[in-house]
Amino acid sequence: MHEMGLALQIVEIAKASIPAQLADARVQRVNLKVGKMAAVVPESLRFCFEVITRSTALEGAELFIEEVPVVARCRACDHEWTLNGPVFRCPACDGVNVEMISGRELDIVSIEVEKD
Amino acid sequence: MEIKVVRKVLDVNDTMAARNREFFRSKNVFVLNMMSSPGSGKTTTLEKTLALLAPDVRCAVIVGDVCTTNDADRLARSGVPVVQVNTDAFGGDCHLAAHVIEKAAMDLDLDQADLLIVENVGNLVCPAEFDIGEDARAVVLSVTEGEDKPLKYPLMFRVCDAALLNKTDLLPHLDYDKAAALENIRQIHPEMPIFEMSARTGEGLAPWVEWLKDQVKRKIR
Repeated sequence: MHEMGLALQIVEIAKASIPAQLADARVQRVNLKVGKMAAVVPESLRFCFEVITRSTALEGAELFIEEVPVVARCRACDHEWTLNGPVFRCPACDGVNVEMISGRELDIVSIEVEKD
Repeated sequence: MEIKVVRKVLDVNDTMAARNREFFRSKNVFVLNMMSSPGSGKTTTLEKTLALLAPDVRCAVIVGDVCTTNDADRLARSGVPVVQVNTDAFGGDCHLAAHVIEKAAMDLDLDQADLLIVENVGNLVCPAEFDIGEDARAVVLSVTEGEDKPLKYPLMFRVCDAALLNKTDLLPHLDYDKAAALENIRQIHPEMPIFEMSARTGEGLAPWVEWLKDQVKRKIR
């Protein structure tokens, strides 16, 4: 629901990341990591990104989203596993003291610019 | 040519939230972020909670809604300082962001408060993603909603520190499978306390208020 706000932030960060000597370069791709448990709908984010980048240095740029699986670790037995559903109970020891190692990412990894 | 960036999309919000947290620490005030879907009884729960916290704990409230000041008007009757935030001024946002809280907090005299409760916009998705500088998060769920709601919105139930299962006075009239609802919450966040209550009748409210008082005591000097 807040994808437009996120898209605006992505554009801000991407623009600020273009080195001064490449100020006129066109951004071709923005690489993003989105955890499967982040409250983001990739399709909606791509749509918002497309709309707000029109007539900017990012027009036509692809928003590439790498989805990151939810991985948890049991603090009792150190077992690590990938979750297929929201069950935060250790499958090895039935422990409940579990930390999320990944799955909440919402990170810009890199941008790719056109090289003259 | 690829240029490494490695930045969180919510960097700006996270930085602002960290600043809020520092500010709240300097004011020696505990901040609770209360979230839920619309209609779960969050405002009634808050009204009753405020009544039970007084006079031991001095409270202040920030209420977020897209429109209207209805909730603030209701809460103001409890005699507690209340600031209403209407997010339509911020584009009709579905959540309260850290910069909105920073601004709202300026309208409160936090030197006179031990506990600041933020009633977030009714929504189980977006508020879970936005840190506002709070110390604890609570989610209100009511028995008139589906038992599987926690499974549909797992992030919310994962990031909260307490869950309130509200409107239990209605259970005799519903086909609600309470055991299933509790199990659904527990599998997402096994260690989180769940308080079953009816804000309307007041039944079951005391353990929740005690939990909250204890949390406040642990932070403030």
